[in-house]
Amino acid sequence: MGKPTAASQRAFQSWGRYPKSEPTRIVGIQDRSSLPEFAGGKSTVLAYGQGRSYGDVCLNNGGTLLSTSALDRFINFDPDTGLLRAEGGTTLADVLVQTVPHGWFLPVSPGTKFISLGGAVANDIHGKNHHVAGTFGRHVTQFELVRSSGERLICSPDRNTELFGATIAGLGLTGFITWVEFQLRPIESDQIDMTTTRFRSLDEFLSLSEAANEESPYVVAWIDGLRAEGRGLLMQGDHAPAGPGTSLPSTLPTRKARLSAPFDAPGWLLNPFSIRAFNTAYFRKQIARVKRTRIHYDPYFYPLDAIRDWNRGYGKRGLLQYQCVVPFDDSNATVRELLSRIAGSGAGSFLAVIKTFGDIPSPGMMSFPRPGITLALDFANKGERTIRFFHSLDAIVREAVGAVYPAKDACMSGESFRAYFPRWEEFSTHIDPAFSSSFWRRVTS
Amino acid sequence: MSTVLIIGATSAIAHEASRRFAVEGARLLLVARNEAKLQANADDLMARGASSIDTFILDANDFDRHAALMEAVHSTFPNGLDHALLAYGTLPDQTEVAADADAAVDAFTTNATSVIALLTHLAGLFEKQERGAIAVISSVAGDRGRPSNYVYGAAKGAVSLFAQGLRARMAKHGVSVTTIKPGFVDTPMTADIPKNRLFADPADVGARIHKAMKKGQDVVYIPAFWRCVMGVIKAIPERVFKKLDL
Repeated sequence: MGKPTAASQRAFQSWGRYPKSEPTRIVGIQDRSSLPEFAGGKSTVLAYGQGRSYGDVCLNNGGTLLSTSALDRFINFDPDTGLLRAEGGTTLADVLVQTVPHGWFLPVSPGTKFISLGGAVANDIHGKNHHVAGTFGRHVTQFELVRSSGERLICSPDRNTELFGATIAGLGLTGFITWVEFQLRPIESDQIDMTTTRFRSLDEFLSLSEAANEESPYVVAWIDGLRAEGRGLLMQGDHAPAGPGTSLPSTLPTRKARLSAPFDAPGWLLNPFSIRAFNTAYFRKQIARVKRTRIHYDPYFYPLDAIRDWNRGYGKRGLLQYQCVVPFDDSNATVRELLSRIAGSGAGSFLAVIKTFGDIPSPGMMSFPRPGITLALDFANKGERTIRFFHSLDAIVREAVGAVYPAKDACMSGESFRAYFPRWEEFSTHIDPAFSSSFWRRVTS
Repeated sequence: MSTVLIIGATSAIAHEASRRFAVEGARLLLVARNEAKLQANADDLMARGASSIDTFILDANDFDRHAALMEAVHSTFPNGLDHALLAYGTLPDQTEVAADADAAVDAFTTNATSVIALLTHLAGLFEKQERGAIAVISSVAGDRGRPSNYVYGAAKGAVSLFAQGLRARMAKHGVSVTTIKPGFVDTPMTADIPKNRLFADPADVGARIHKAMKKGQDVVYIPAFWRCVMGVIKAIPERVFKKLDL
């Protein structure tokens, strides 16, 4: 039985702690051989893993949540081929501890390792290597889906292909994922060689990013959300080769969170002044334009995991994240417009990320990433004001035929959702009648 | 590499303790009633680094098969057994066992009599070896009889007392006997009880048991604060205690 990784998870809330949710029942799934009768209850069900999605895709207000934190067994791991099969509640953190010593790493990794495999499939997560690896769903070889009819279906690119395509990025609505099998990628050490390059404009970011995408499997940039011109730091990285000073860990360390936010920060802590001071300091901390370092994969991929419950830093009302993607165009006017709106709002945060997505397609019909530029920003939840602001961004993204990421969303309208995910009607025919979520009801009502 | 016997291997706490042994490359013999659940746990431990896993299906109340289990231990680990953990149990419905004598005896058989029988078998094996560690999961509920839980508490109290005597006997042979007394743990056993801050995580409890067995500790409360809590509860005079609704 895995440990809960956050206070918000123990309360069965989402990472953004908005919207607040009250499930009527929590059912702890203990093992994959005996599952409850999903259709037996009067209310709808939804699997809840680690609760690291930001908005309401992991919530089922007024319904039942099937907690998967105890469903965390490995089923098979082949250290020669890097093929891993594990139960749906297994966390990426747990996978890494077991596979890195054997020279295998996650094919795709998000910004936190505290997510479940089921969640990785249901949200078809992406990472810094999207331009070379695509989404997580591309590396899934098969999974088992249990439907409320009691059917157990093996879904793969060759079997039950429609449900395979609907379940990847299917937001947990097509049934219950008992286990996932996927292909890991080989590594020679647990270190990352990283190069950080400063940029002073969006154009500079785009040309740097284009070059970096050719050179490195991992590329992402931090951008100063308070400045419309788009200054920031581009970080590219690759797994360090074996050699003097690098190797695979021989023992199995358990790295504990060193810091934690034990209580909610007061709402005034994050204000335009403190954020501006932070962003300027962060931008300037690097004196040289280009800096090369070698660091362990953990601080490289998961810097925020070191601060347990960091979401509490945004105060009681929680945080809202906005992540969108807009297609490339000649002048990238859309991204400029978004950046200028965000800078103008003065509400931009510490954690603003910009990256270009590649053109590797996902098997998931509802997958979020598509070729273009993606922006992700955290905002303290200021209620109606923030939501109205998000809707104004949505208008721009819709106009550009872009999309917003459901896993991070708590605000998009049904109209926006249907525009972002044109295959939603086809998808909805694959939804299991016993399954629903707060998100789904919000965007389809 | 060490050899480990886990009886009640499908319990959430036992599985977490087993994982700690598995990552060290231990060889494990897992014992439980439900074959499908046992196999799922065996696969998990194998993938996590166990050197070998054997399984044995047993209902602990089937006393006639205890000898067969001991034979399986011998044949699986001909060079001896390093660690044995007894981790099974059921939490009876107090209202039922308060009214139904058969149910009360059944609960006692599962939680105490069968444990005592298995410990007696194991004591013979370890005494001959002159080394090794035995651990048994008792409970804080065994420290004092309470109206809300006295059948379960009496069984766990019997196990604690038995283990205490066995510990003194085995100490002369270089064998440790650890009594594990968890408080509330968030496991399937307590699925129906609303959770509060007192509930411990099975991963933490399993890790603590593993450590206690490695160190050959005597009595371990998990989490440690229960030692103080139970100290206070045991100190309350009976004439006061019987009026309390605990």
